[in-house]
Amino acid sequence: MLVFGFWTTKICNTRSTQQNRNVLFCLKKDPFPGEAPIPQKQLQKFQRGKKCKVPAGARERLKEAIAISEAMSEHAQKQAARYDLLLPEDAGFLEGDEDEDTNTISQADIADAVDITSGSKYFNLHLSQFGPYRLDYSRTGRNLLVGGKKGHVACIDWQTKDLKCEMNVMETVNDVKWLHTEAMFAVAQKRWLYIYDSKGVELHCVKKFNDVLRMQFLPYHFLLATASATGFLQYLDVSIGKEVAAICTKMGRLDVMAQNPHNAVIHLGHPNGTVSLWSPNQKESLVKMLCHRGAVRSLAVDKTGTYMVTSGLDRKLKVYDIRAFKPLHSCFLPAGASCLSLSQRGLLSAATGEIVQVYQNVLGSNPVSKPYMAHRLRGQIWGLAYCPFEDVLGIGHGEGFTSMIVPGAGEPNFDALDTNPYRSHKQRQEWEVKALLEKVQPELIGLDPGQLSKVDQASFEQRHKEQIEALGFDPLAKDKFKPKTKKKGRSSAGAIEKRKRKVAHEDQRDEIRQSVQERTEREKELKEKSNEKKLGNKSTLDRFRK
Amino acid sequence: MQNENLVQISFFNQLMLVHPRKKQNERSEASVQVSEYFVNAEGTGDKVNLSDLLGTVEKTSGASNKTKKQLRNLQSSKETLELPLNKQQTEKIQRGIAYEKTTAEVSCWKNIILQNQKAEQMVFPLNQESSGPKRVEQVVAGWKVQTPLEQEIFRLLHGSRQPVNDPVLTPVEEQSLKAMSLEEAKIRRAELQKARALQSYYEAKAKREKKIKSKKYHKVQNKAKRKDFLKQFDEMVKTNPEGALEELKKMELSRMEERMSLKHQNSGKWAKSKAIMAKYDDSARKAMQEQLQMNKDLTQKMVVPSDDEHESIEEGLETVPDFVNDPETVIDPVNPWMRGQLTHEEPEISCVTAEEVQTAEEENEEEEIIGEFERKRKLRQADEEDLIPTEEERKKIRTILSLFVSTREGSNQTRGGLNTAGEEDEEGLLSEGQIRVRSIEDLEVLDEVVEPRAIEEPSAPQTAAAEATSEPPHKKKREINLKEVLTKEAKAVRLPFLPTVVDEEERDEQISIIKEAFAGDDVISDFIKDKSRQEAAGRPAVVDLTLPGWGEWGGVGLKPPRWKRKRFRIKTAPPPPRQDQKLPDVIISEKRTASVASHQVSQLPFPFQNTAQFESSIRTPIGSTWNTQTVVKNMTKPKVVTKLGAIIEPMVKEDFIKSKTTAAGDLVFLSNYPKKINFIIFFLLQTLSSIFVVSLLGCLLNVPT
Repeated sequence: MLVFGFWTTKICNTRSTQQNRNVLFCLKKDPFPGEAPIPQKQLQKFQRGKKCKVPAGARERLKEAIAISEAMSEHAQKQAARYDLLLPEDAGFLEGDEDEDTNTISQADIADAVDITSGSKYFNLHLSQFGPYRLDYSRTGRNLLVGGKKGHVACIDWQTKDLKCEMNVMETVNDVKWLHTEAMFAVAQKRWLYIYDSKGVELHCVKKFNDVLRMQFLPYHFLLATASATGFLQYLDVSIGKEVAAICTKMGRLDVMAQNPHNAVIHLGHPNGTVSLWSPNQKESLVKMLCHRGAVRSLAVDKTGTYMVTSGLDRKLKVYDIRAFKPLHSCFLPAGASCLSLSQRGLLSAATGEIVQVYQNVLGSNPVSKPYMAHRLRGQIWGLAYCPFEDVLGIGHGEGFTSMIVPGAGEPNFDALDTNPYRSHKQRQEWEVKALLEKVQPELIGLDPGQLSKVDQASFEQRHKEQIEALGFDPLAKDKFKPKTKKKGRSSAGAIEKRKRKVAHEDQRDEIRQSVQERTEREKELKEKSNEKKLGNKSTLDRFRK
Repeated sequence: MQNENLVQISFFNQLMLVHPRKKQNERSEASVQVSEYFVNAEGTGDKVNLSDLLGTVEKTSGASNKTKKQLRNLQSSKETLELPLNKQQTEKIQRGIAYEKTTAEVSCWKNIILQNQKAEQMVFPLNQESSGPKRVEQVVAGWKVQTPLEQEIFRLLHGSRQPVNDPVLTPVEEQSLKAMSLEEAKIRRAELQKARALQSYYEAKAKREKKIKSKKYHKVQNKAKRKDFLKQFDEMVKTNPEGALEELKKMELSRMEERMSLKHQNSGKWAKSKAIMAKYDDSARKAMQEQLQMNKDLTQKMVVPSDDEHESIEEGLETVPDFVNDPETVIDPVNPWMRGQLTHEEPEISCVTAEEVQTAEEENEEEEIIGEFERKRKLRQADEEDLIPTEEERKKIRTILSLFVSTREGSNQTRGGLNTAGEEDEEGLLSEGQIRVRSIEDLEVLDEVVEPRAIEEPSAPQTAAAEATSEPPHKKKREINLKEVLTKEAKAVRLPFLPTVVDEEERDEQISIIKEAFAGDDVISDFIKDKSRQEAAGRPAVVDLTLPGWGEWGGVGLKPPRWKRKRFRIKTAPPPPRQDQKLPDVIISEKRTASVASHQVSQLPFPFQNTAQFESSIRTPIGSTWNTQTVVKNMTKPKVVTKLGAIIEPMVKEDFIKSKTTAAGDLVFLSNYPKKINFIIFFLLQTLSSIFVVSLLGCLLNVPT
């Protein structure tokens, strides 16, 4: 057995200042003049779209505009590629001896083999009283929130095992979710949605959100999406505390939910085997796919938004390419997967009965063969989640919580300005302000996140129609003719009516007049043409015709 | 005709431009009769004919024949001149010309305007000095040396001919950078060798002399030196009085020191012992007296140099200057910057030159210096021969190593011992590459080196066992959870839990079970229905405008005829094919997202000809989330930057037009003329009498008219 590259603590700042060379006092001639070359592979990694070529015979201004933008994007690409070297961490992996399957290696063995800090990441919490548990890791991967079905809610700094708060809400807990920071979390309780702070103080009871079963938090939009037992998908903007959208899905009880981190679209699984994709801007589903013959049990979408993994009551596990909405491959799990989770590096974990299986290389064209790792637990598994930036899989089950080591699960390089696991209190505050300033509006959620950078090619009529719909009136409509009031009995009802009739249907009349004129002209032309044709086969006597 | 007019007008214009407000001078008519009292012209009121004026031309010999001919022609011709154009027309022409002129004038701005429009960034005020690091020459140009330190630095810089302009290296540096030729190098090496040999002879001699214990010899030596010094001093008084003065000062200082100390006052241990013996021993008495004498000599206010000084001088003489040992002499001794390599030796040099140091110390120093020489020599040898530890040395090292190992074996194996052993082994491993076995002894030595590794290995499991015994409490702590989770089935983990891929038969079975389970709800047909409904909703409806009864019979059950249907049922164009046309199990909504549309660009911006061009131009994000800091700064730099507090003056033509026409130079002189006159008048008024002034004024005023 070989556990390798289990990375622990690395901080890198990708935005360090560029090195300046002092040319003035350089004594020797540089043997490698100019900038250091960048490998093509790295450049490819940061390529954004295709280059635009200057069309032949383009005007000077167009040429300049294209040249400038191309130079700029090339520069950006080069710099990004250059700075890529500051992301030196590699993901870890687990390798068995000869004739040894990695899935036979027990967690205890791994914990022994790795260093003490990493070994301590394998632990169990015995909470058999209020189980089964659902869980959620904060975005930095530092804090863990567990919620027992029977009302037990606790948040823990799981690395130091520091219990932040623990309480019993004395109600059924359907789901728990961290909000944008570690300071707040949402708990979907039996009737309403509650929001607590990290000390367990109840901040809000959101009664607009009732019977919530599942929740997802969209971090860049500050939206908490909830799916309820009544079939409603609701969005709560946690930055302003307003309900952004409430969509009646008309699909029955919604207890399978996932978000696409790439475009913030919510995926819902339904009892009729379909998976539907939703945005807060549309009352109907963006996409509906038939995935299973039985009900959909669980869903997971990968970080890049390319793949979706589903499992259904028909005990199948399917991998979809959700850019093309095509199934890549499906496999049959005898026990069926009740919970699915995808790690940052694309490891798939599936809870089959009491066993958690971790699959490698699922995303892609090669079919699922055998699990990469496996771990048996006691009791039904209720929640699965990978810890961000750590090689850890959290499992909530009937007997409590288990933190399992999965080498190679976490992303080794993190963007410290986005999610920094080691950030201080002050940094968190600063990040919060910046994140709020950079908040993405819910209107921009859609299947294509790059929609904003495209030109709207809708026709004027269509846009006008939309405008009318949005405003409720036609802003371009002409005012109705209002005759002036005249004195000396000339403003009698009859006179007014007469005057009105003079102007009535003015536009229409104009149109008719124009069309008539056009028609006559056309007819004239036709006549002439026919005349010419007639002249074509003229007789010898035609010359005498006047 | 019009052309002529134009010429006239333009000339007039020029004049007007030159003297915009000049008053017309009074005209004085030339006449034959000059009256004292009034100005009158003969023949006033008479018309002057052209012939009157031109008659004189015929007579003058200077006029060319051509002009004469032209004038004759003019006289003979009966045509009258055309009337000048009316006011409106002339003004129009004038406006036209003015327009042309101004356009020509303004159009010279065209390029600069275009350039500024194209510029990525404009920094105002223009013609600013560029910020950032400046070149040395730019800084030096407007800088004056003020403090003495600066002066000194400046002097040094100039002394070394530090380059101010483009070449980065000083000539000295360039020289040093240039590779020496082989002959040069050889000559140089020979020189150095010679110097070194001389030095070593010198040193050996000094050492020998120092070792001589005969006091008499030293006395004689000292005496000779003293004499020598006195001679020198006398000379110095003549030639170099300043140096002599300094010498004197030094002597004074040594006298003071002597007075302070108890050195020669018969109070030391030696002196006391001698004092006891003095009664009986003459030599002891003599010695004591000698010491006292020495004290006297030293404390006397005389120009007799002390012993210490002699010695120091001696030393100064003995040691050859250090730079002999340097691979290269400093070419420019004025510049301390150029002696970079020497800096680490400087303290020693100062040690040597420093005087009034105790003799014992000096001896030490001497040894040090000698040691250093030796070291240097060795180093040099190493350089020359590219020294690698010789075979003998290696052997030594090895034997030492083996000895060390054997002793370690004997001693009990503590942890520290193990550690060192490990380190030693490492060294052994590293040196293994160089060991060449040549004899049996060598082999044995090798064995000794290798053996400890073999011995150490059995100890490793021991330590492991020790660790194991020490570990359990710690491990147990972790295992508490483990055991409870993985009870008896824990062993099952060794095997893959459950088959992931099932046999075909089993699979069919399961499929049939599933089919049974979901027999009630036909998921697929529901989905297909849903899809067809969606498709139907997406299709545009046909507008039926047929009116029953017009041109035919109407009534229940009657269908409008074909022609009518064809004519009055308006079909709109079919929508573009659905996105999910080829995906049977997917329904993709065709609804347009109007929410994003309100933020999108709806009209193509100016220079772009199609959407692809524009979209590709904005495809690179400018935020710091996607870019490095420099790129963000570069991408978001403002179009116009103004310096705070700076006055932004309008652009001046001279800034960008270098070659300015000087055609109007003489006119400028003319315009300056009146000023001169004014000045002269002012000057004259102050100095001269009024009558004189008036007559002079007349002269002056006539000049320009």
